[in-house]
Amino acid sequence: MTAPRPDREQAGVLPARTDSGVPVHLVYGQDDLAPGLTERLGPPGGAPYTRGPYPTMYREKLWTMRQYAGFGSAEDANARYRYLLSQGQTALSVAFDLPTQLGYDSTDPMAEAEVGRVGVAIDTAEDMVRLFDGLPLGELSVNHTINATAPVILAFFLVAAERQGVPFDRVAGTTQNDLLKEFLARKTYIYPPAASLRLVGDVVAFAAEHLPRFNPVSITGYHVREAGSDAVQELGLALASAIAYAEEITRRGLPFDRFAGRLSFHFSATLDLFEEVAKVRAARRMWHRIATERFGATRPESARMRFFSGCSGTVLTAQQPLNNVVRSTISCLAAVLGGAQSVHVMGWDEALEIPSEESVRLALRTQQIVAHESGVTRTVDPLAGSYYVESLTDELEQRAFALIERIDAGGGMVAMLAEGIPQRWVAKTAYQTERELVDGTRVKVGVNRYTDDADTDADPRLFEPDPSAQERARDRLREHLRNRDGAAAAAALAGLAAVLRSDANVMPALLDCARAGATIGEINALMRAEFGEYREPAPW
Amino acid sequence: MSAAGAAPGGRPARVLLAKPGLDGHDRGIKVIGMALRDAGAEVIYLGLRRSVTEIVAAARDEDADVIGISVLSGAHLALTRALLAERDAAGLTDIPVTVGGTIGATDAATLRELGVAAVHGVGTPLPEVVATVLGLAAATRELAAATRAAVAG
Repeated sequence: MTAPRPDREQAGVLPARTDSGVPVHLVYGQDDLAPGLTERLGPPGGAPYTRGPYPTMYREKLWTMRQYAGFGSAEDANARYRYLLSQGQTALSVAFDLPTQLGYDSTDPMAEAEVGRVGVAIDTAEDMVRLFDGLPLGELSVNHTINATAPVILAFFLVAAERQGVPFDRVAGTTQNDLLKEFLARKTYIYPPAASLRLVGDVVAFAAEHLPRFNPVSITGYHVREAGSDAVQELGLALASAIAYAEEITRRGLPFDRFAGRLSFHFSATLDLFEEVAKVRAARRMWHRIATERFGATRPESARMRFFSGCSGTVLTAQQPLNNVVRSTISCLAAVLGGAQSVHVMGWDEALEIPSEESVRLALRTQQIVAHESGVTRTVDPLAGSYYVESLTDELEQRAFALIERIDAGGGMVAMLAEGIPQRWVAKTAYQTERELVDGTRVKVGVNRYTDDADTDADPRLFEPDPSAQERARDRLREHLRNRDGAAAAAALAGLAAVLRSDANVMPALLDCARAGATIGEINALMRAEFGEYREPAPW
Repeated sequence: MSAAGAAPGGRPARVLLAKPGLDGHDRGIKVIGMALRDAGAEVIYLGLRRSVTEIVAAARDEDADVIGISVLSGAHLALTRALLAERDAAGLTDIPVTVGGTIGATDAATLRELGVAAVHGVGTPLPEVVATVLGLAAATRELAAATRAAVAG
C-alpha cells in the first residue's frame, strides 16, 4: 500500500471538501453566514429546533445509552440484557435474527443457517415473555429493530407486557418499523412498497390510540448512510420517507398532530465531525419546516424532531481493529454535539463479528466518558454560532431540500423506490467512495495509509450461535405447537386473514393471534399470500 | 483495467453475482459488480435471498464463467457447502465459486478446502477482487476452449 509521504501530510492532504462533497473554505467568517441566523436557530427547545428539541438538553438529562444486543435463544439474550442493565445501561435495544425479521419460524428450511445468528430468535409471544423475564416492562424503554414483521413483533411485545400486568399506556420504547429504508438500504423487506406502507400506517394509527409512550416508527437515515450514501442523501431520503409516511397516515384520516409527536428519527454518526453535527442540526430545522408548511402542524411536538444516533459501523476497519475505539469516540462526540436523544456506540471488533462482552462494555464506557469527563454536555448546542458549522448546516439543508424536490418531482418515495432509482443513487455513491479509497484521495488509517507489515489477516472469533441454543429455539417451538390450543390459533389466524383482505387495522387481529399462540411464520405466510413478495429491480 | 474483462475467445468475462441466505447487506456486492463492469465484464446480479438451486440454474443458463456470492451474516460455511454441492450435482464443477463477506482466516482456509476458488474477507482491496475474479473467468474460458479443441481433435 501507499507509503507515508511526510511532506504532503504536513501540507494537509485532506481534500478541501467534506465527506459529502461540500466545498470547504480555508477560513470561515462573518461573510459566510446568510442573514437571519437568529431566526434560523431559534432557542433550544423552540422552533425551528435547530439547537435541540429541549431547552436544557444534557444539563437536565443525559442521552439514553442504548447498546444494540441480542443473539441466540430468548434465554441467551435475556442474560445479555441483564448484564447490560447491571453495567449502567438505561434502556434496551433488541436485535432479532434474520428469520424473525423476515417472518420465518426457526424450523423453516429458509431459516436453516440463520437461527439466532445476528439476533435473537422469536417465534411466538411466549418467546417474547421469556426474553423479558425479570425485566420490568413498565419501567424500561425497549427499542425493537424490526421492520417487515414490526406489527407482529409489537403484538408479541404487548402480550409480554400484559403478562407482566403492565397496561398498554405504560409501555415505552420504539419499533423501527421504517419500511421505506428497507427498500433503500437495509433490505429486510418482504411485501411490496404499498402493502408495506399500509402496515407501517396500521402500527402508527394503533399507537396513536393505545400507546402514548411508544414511538411506532423510527425514520431512519442510518442504514442509508451505511449502505453507502453521503450525508446529504441520508438527510434527503430519510425526510422524504417521513413525508411519505405522514401522507399515508393523514390520507387515512388521522390528523398530523395526532401522531407526529411520536415519530422518531435515527441518523448515523460518522467521522466528519463538523459535517455530522451540521447534518442533524439541519435535520431538525428541515423537519420543523416540513411539519408546519407541508402538514400544517399546530402542536409544537409535531414539528420537534427527536433522534437516535447510531455510530457508524462502515467507518470501522478490519485492519488494526483497535483503531476503531478512536473512531467510535469521534462518532460518539458527533452524536452528542449534534444533540442526540439516544446513542449507540459500536464495539471495536464490530467490523468483524458480533461484539464481545468486553468490547460492548468499552463502547458503553466510551459513552460514559464522553458524558461525564469530556465536558461537552455542560452547555446546550456548544457549536452554535461557529461560522463553519452554521454555514455547513445551511448548505446541507439546501442540498437535502433539493433532493426532496427531485423525489417529489419523480412522484414521491414510493414511486421512486418501485423503480429502483434512489437505490441506484446510494450504490453509486458507495462505489465512488470505494474508488477514492483505492486511489488514495480518501485516507483510511491502517488501510491505505500507515499500514503495518506486521498486520496479519484478521481472524475474528466470529460469533457462532451455540447449536444447542438453535436447537433450543426449535424445540421450544415444537413443544409450543404441541401444547397450544390449535383450534383457538386457527380461529385467530382466520380472523387475521379476513382483516388482511379489508382496509381494517391489522393490530387487533395480530394481538388475537399472539394471545392464541400463533407463530410468526404462520402469520407472515398469510401476509405473503395476501400481499405477495417484493423483488428489487436490477441495480444497473 | 478495461481490457482485462475480455476473456480468451473474444467475449467478455461473464460473472454471476448473488446473495444466498437471508442476509441483505448488498453494498459490497453491488460495488464489486460495478467495478467488474467498469473492467469490461458482463455482470449478472441475481439480488437477495436466492436459493442455491436458483444460483446454479442461473449460472448454467447465463453461461457464467464465475459465480460470486456474498454473505455478511456469518452463515457463509453452511451456505457455501450447499452451493458447491448443488453446483457439483449439476455437473458444473468447471465454474469456480468465490465468496466474499465477514470471513476470517480460519474460515477462509476451510472454504478453500471445500473447493472455493477465492475468498475475499472484510478489507480486501477492490482491485484485488476484480483481478482475481477476472483471472478465474479467463481460466474458465481457456479450459472450455481446450475442452472444445480436445473434443474436435
